[in-house]
Amino acid sequence: MKTRVTVNGEGFERDVEPRMLLSDFLRHELGLTGTNVGCEHGVCGSCTVLLDGEPVRSCTMLAVQSDGRRLTTVEGLACDQKLHGLQEAFTACHGLQCGFCTPGMLMTLLPVYNEARRLSDDEIREVISGNLCRCTGYQQIVEAARQAIDEAADMADSAETEA
Amino acid sequence: MKPPPFEYVVATSVDHAINLVSQDEDAKFLAGGQSLIPLLSLRFASPTLLVDISRLAELRDVHRAGDVLHIGALTRHSDIHQLPLVKQDAPLLSEAAGWVAHSQVRNRGTFGGAIAHSDSAAEFPAVLLAVGATIVTRSADGERRIPCRDFFGSHFQTALRHGELLTGVELPRHAHFNRWGFSEFARRKGDYAIGGAAVNARVDERGRCTHVRAGLIAAGPGPTSAEGLDEALRDRVVDEAAVSEAVARVEGHLNPESNVHGTREYRRAVVAESLRRALLQAFDLDPAGTDRRTA
Repeated sequence: MKTRVTVNGEGFERDVEPRMLLSDFLRHELGLTGTNVGCEHGVCGSCTVLLDGEPVRSCTMLAVQSDGRRLTTVEGLACDQKLHGLQEAFTACHGLQCGFCTPGMLMTLLPVYNEARRLSDDEIREVISGNLCRCTGYQQIVEAARQAIDEAADMADSAETEA
Repeated sequence: MKPPPFEYVVATSVDHAINLVSQDEDAKFLAGGQSLIPLLSLRFASPTLLVDISRLAELRDVHRAGDVLHIGALTRHSDIHQLPLVKQDAPLLSEAAGWVAHSQVRNRGTFGGAIAHSDSAAEFPAVLLAVGATIVTRSADGERRIPCRDFFGSHFQTALRHGELLTGVELPRHAHFNRWGFSEFARRKGDYAIGGAAVNARVDERGRCTHVRAGLIAAGPGPTSAEGLDEALRDRVVDEAAVSEAVARVEGHLNPESNVHGTREYRRAVVAESLRRALLQAFDLDPAGTDRRTA
């Protein structure tokens, strides 16, 4: 079945079997292996991508269901060899150890980062509650999210002051 | 690829979808897929045909119609949680939507899908039982309106027949009640509940309870109403002692199933405690609680 999607701003068209999951489509058909596949039944959150700007689990969606829609994967974050603010913060705060959950964490946090709204630690924990990490104990992930979101909010504030 | 092979058709209208599913006894409707696709991946389900209804805008409608709030089947959990109209007319439902899974699931999962799936551990069936909602369906035989107490059966069974599509739900608007409470416990918030309760009540100007109903989460083999609650609290000025007494009365009827998350006894205690907390919220007896008055 013909499926056309825009991924990280680039258009793709593939003929896929209806039973192919979006996660497998991204990895096997488009070669975008940054999206990690963990539990494959909607529990761990590691395959999170953005569908029209909102986080969804790519393992609980058929590729054919994404026809005509806009996807963002972790490959869409860094720009010209420069890490995204969220990635910088995860590096600075040691927000990852094995890194398996990291793409899902980043994509889950991206809309919050883009909103540039300050969040409490409890709110950050709520945002990432659907993403499992087996290494860090979450503390550094929360710290990384806090740092990135605060920076985004600071930037938004200063932009407002200048305007 | 984990799911078994199936045919896939994007429905262009409700009638188109019903027609396709009616013709094949192993066909299923696909909406948000947040329950169905994991079932496919685990190979617990192997339909021959999936009819994708997720692009039918006519099923995404949320509007007031006289005394009821109509919520279209394709309304997503995230919309139910955030829409001002739902917050205003059905605050218990809006609150409960925030407890359904995690944001990634709420952005895809649909109201109608969660209700048709009829998981005893899910939030929406309990809320519908608490508010006395009506399920609206359509099939080749026409429209049916099913009171939710006649809709939910045990173990994922509902009154839906093959080829019958749940198109929406009608909830009495809050004028019918003025208090609500919601409490749930899971090991990780967003996971399937170990126990929970949704409470809907009305208190008159003299402070007496004139009506109270609760839907219970993970309290039995299917979505369950709290039996004996209304009789225990009706016409009383509800205090903590009355709540404890009523909960004890309900607890005797509870029949949760033992599983990896706890024994029957443990789960019964969790459901009873959730009901107690939700009742305390509803009757303004929760010292840490936020305001749950709606009128």
